[in-house]
Amino acid sequence: MVNPAKEPAFPHRHLLGIEGLSAQDIGFLLDLAEAAIEVSRQVEKKRSTLRGRTLINLFFEASTRTQSSFELAGKRLGADVMNMSVATSSVKKGETLIDTAMTLNAMRPDIIVVRHAQAGAVHLLAKKVDCAVVNAGDGAHEHPTQALLDALTIRRNKGRIEGLTVVICGDILHSRVARSNILLLSALGARVRVAGPSTLLPPGIERMGVEVFRDMRAGLNGADIVMMLRLQRERMQGGYIPSAKEYFRFFGLDEAKLCYAKPDALVLHPGPINRGVEIDSAVADGPRSLIREQVEMGVAVRIAVLEALAQHLPNG
Amino acid sequence: MDESEFRVKRSSPASIAHQPLALVNARLIDPALLRETMGGVLVVDGVIRDFGTAIMPANLPAHARIIDCGGDCVAPGLIDMWAFIGEPGAEHRETIATATLAAAAGGVTTIVARPDTNPPVDEAAVVDFLLRRARDTGRVRLLPLAALTAGLNGAEIAEIGLLQLAGAVAFSDGVRAIRNARVMRRVMQYARDFNALVVHYAEDRDLAGEGVMNEGEFASRLGLSGIAREAEAIMLDRDIRLVNLTGARYHAALVTTALSLDIIAKAKADGLAVTCATSINHLTLNENDIGDYRTFLKLAPPLRHEDERRALVAALASGLIDAVVSDHNPQDVETKRLPFTEAEDGAIGLETMLSAGLRLVHSGEIPLARLIAAMTIRPAEILGLPQGRLEVGAPGDLIRFDPDEPFVVDPAKLHSRCKNTPFDEARMEGKVKLTMVAGEIVYEAE
Repeated sequence: MVNPAKEPAFPHRHLLGIEGLSAQDIGFLLDLAEAAIEVSRQVEKKRSTLRGRTLINLFFEASTRTQSSFELAGKRLGADVMNMSVATSSVKKGETLIDTAMTLNAMRPDIIVVRHAQAGAVHLLAKKVDCAVVNAGDGAHEHPTQALLDALTIRRNKGRIEGLTVVICGDILHSRVARSNILLLSALGARVRVAGPSTLLPPGIERMGVEVFRDMRAGLNGADIVMMLRLQRERMQGGYIPSAKEYFRFFGLDEAKLCYAKPDALVLHPGPINRGVEIDSAVADGPRSLIREQVEMGVAVRIAVLEALAQHLPNG
Repeated sequence: MDESEFRVKRSSPASIAHQPLALVNARLIDPALLRETMGGVLVVDGVIRDFGTAIMPANLPAHARIIDCGGDCVAPGLIDMWAFIGEPGAEHRETIATATLAAAAGGVTTIVARPDTNPPVDEAAVVDFLLRRARDTGRVRLLPLAALTAGLNGAEIAEIGLLQLAGAVAFSDGVRAIRNARVMRRVMQYARDFNALVVHYAEDRDLAGEGVMNEGEFASRLGLSGIAREAEAIMLDRDIRLVNLTGARYHAALVTTALSLDIIAKAKADGLAVTCATSINHLTLNENDIGDYRTFLKLAPPLRHEDERRALVAALASGLIDAVVSDHNPQDVETKRLPFTEAEDGAIGLETMLSAGLRLVHSGEIPLARLIAAMTIRPAEILGLPQGRLEVGAPGDLIRFDPDEPFVVDPAKLHSRCKNTPFDEARMEGKVKLTMVAGEIVYEAE
């Protein structure tokens, strides 16, 4: 590097997905997040990185933890944060999305964080606005900050990502978390598996560089990290699985199934959890669960992402 | 027969006969090798200990019971992959007690029961109920099919995993074909994860419409609406494409036309896990037997043209058709003594399937061992069962029959609770003389 000051460490204006990020980019964000953990642990949680900046949380889909952690991250960096929750029921989505984008753009925000039920919607919006855009989840496509916070949680507990066997279990088909995690963990050298019933596995998933298991115990066998996914029953018109009862019996993570993973295997779940559906309470609340730590890491990762994008803001 | 009386007399297939039993001086039919030899079979502790030419009275344990078969045939007990048993919900038509008695008299030692009962077999508790009832009141083995979709609604996948753990042998929606291809695809995907066999009654219900018999000249002469052969072929073709997509194991419950046979032949040539069965009725009867609106010959699928019957027999002889089923479907008189269009479908068949099948042997259309194979080892292989074979260590489910003994079918003497046999007053050659389940004699002709 000839002149590090002129060469931004994070060379992207938006964060639309894990796709397109290099292992170096990911490492940079994780290191930044590691440092940001301390921000939230202090009595004085305020920094000035984004002082005077405007952050808009534009959520077309309901969210608790993602929206609130972006809000906290923005506020802790000193930005003015505006939350917009947009009901999608009565509007024609394509038209409204662009109209909304143009309207918001006219208000001159610096960063927009977007969640939308349709895959690709965030990319479309990013083309229409002048500010930085962060994807907070688009359909079943990507949820990059979730994958980053999962990776940070794993790295802090295992000391590394490379060489670990990570099994992502359950409703892969509807999961943007799964897709972002597959990309990120593979990029950092983990061995990634997916396990679930065939009806909840996207066709061709094996060509995304993962090992596919239709039997949960076989998938768990020898795993370092067990990443459970929420069964997205609200997206299941048309019967992908027989019942919650049968799903729990064959694909729900309980202590008996967890025994097939390594003795020191740790359990993640992006939340919100369906107790007794994809995960047993004894595991979710047990000593090997990192679910609450994931939430804390969520704030740190979002601080890091906003800081990284701030480098590119005009007059930054 | 009153059930309390029956319970006293019944022989449980679950219990094991401790006295060794030998059937000697028999024409042994080995369905695996499609071969016949003279000899005997020794059954000890419910399983076949030995068989072959060396099994003669001189070589047997002193305490063994020896039955001289006088040159009759001895074969594995028959496995019927498609029978409607009234329990639960239609006990006035049939019970496990009466069905298994009819089965024993017909040489059927394993009945695979249709799941479209009332309530349907779509919950583990119903599978458990059937297995317990069969244990307590059944004379031969009964294996429940369980539903593919919840409530047989053709919309949501049934609890295939839990049903399988409860003891369901395979999965089917009975005679209700799954209309929606998306649902069928997911059912197949899901079933494949559990290595569960999908048994589908292939019929395009919309095309079949209000038809009551085979479409064609004869239906037109009778003034009855027909069911085109294509109703079966279209659904079967769709299913095979979905098998190719999903990798499921698939068994066509009942194929009745040459069009369907072409589809099955191609699927097998393509290496897909596809098998099929036809019914004894479709092999031995045709649409002309309906004659003067005989409702006992109103079946689903309908009896077809003679050309189709011949194609089915040829496919059985070549092995393209894997299994022959009874399609046992007891209907009481009130539902059959109606105008043809209004009468219920179905015929009883457990007790006559072997005798009717022997017609094809006597007419030279098919070798005996091939017929027996389609009623024993092939169903066993498809369902993953240990019985249905003449093999050391296999369950001692055996039958003795005289292939030539003539008799006239007298409905009054049939053991089923309903008497709707299409072979009413028919002359047959070939009679079961003894039926054994797990080494225990459950039927002996007078």
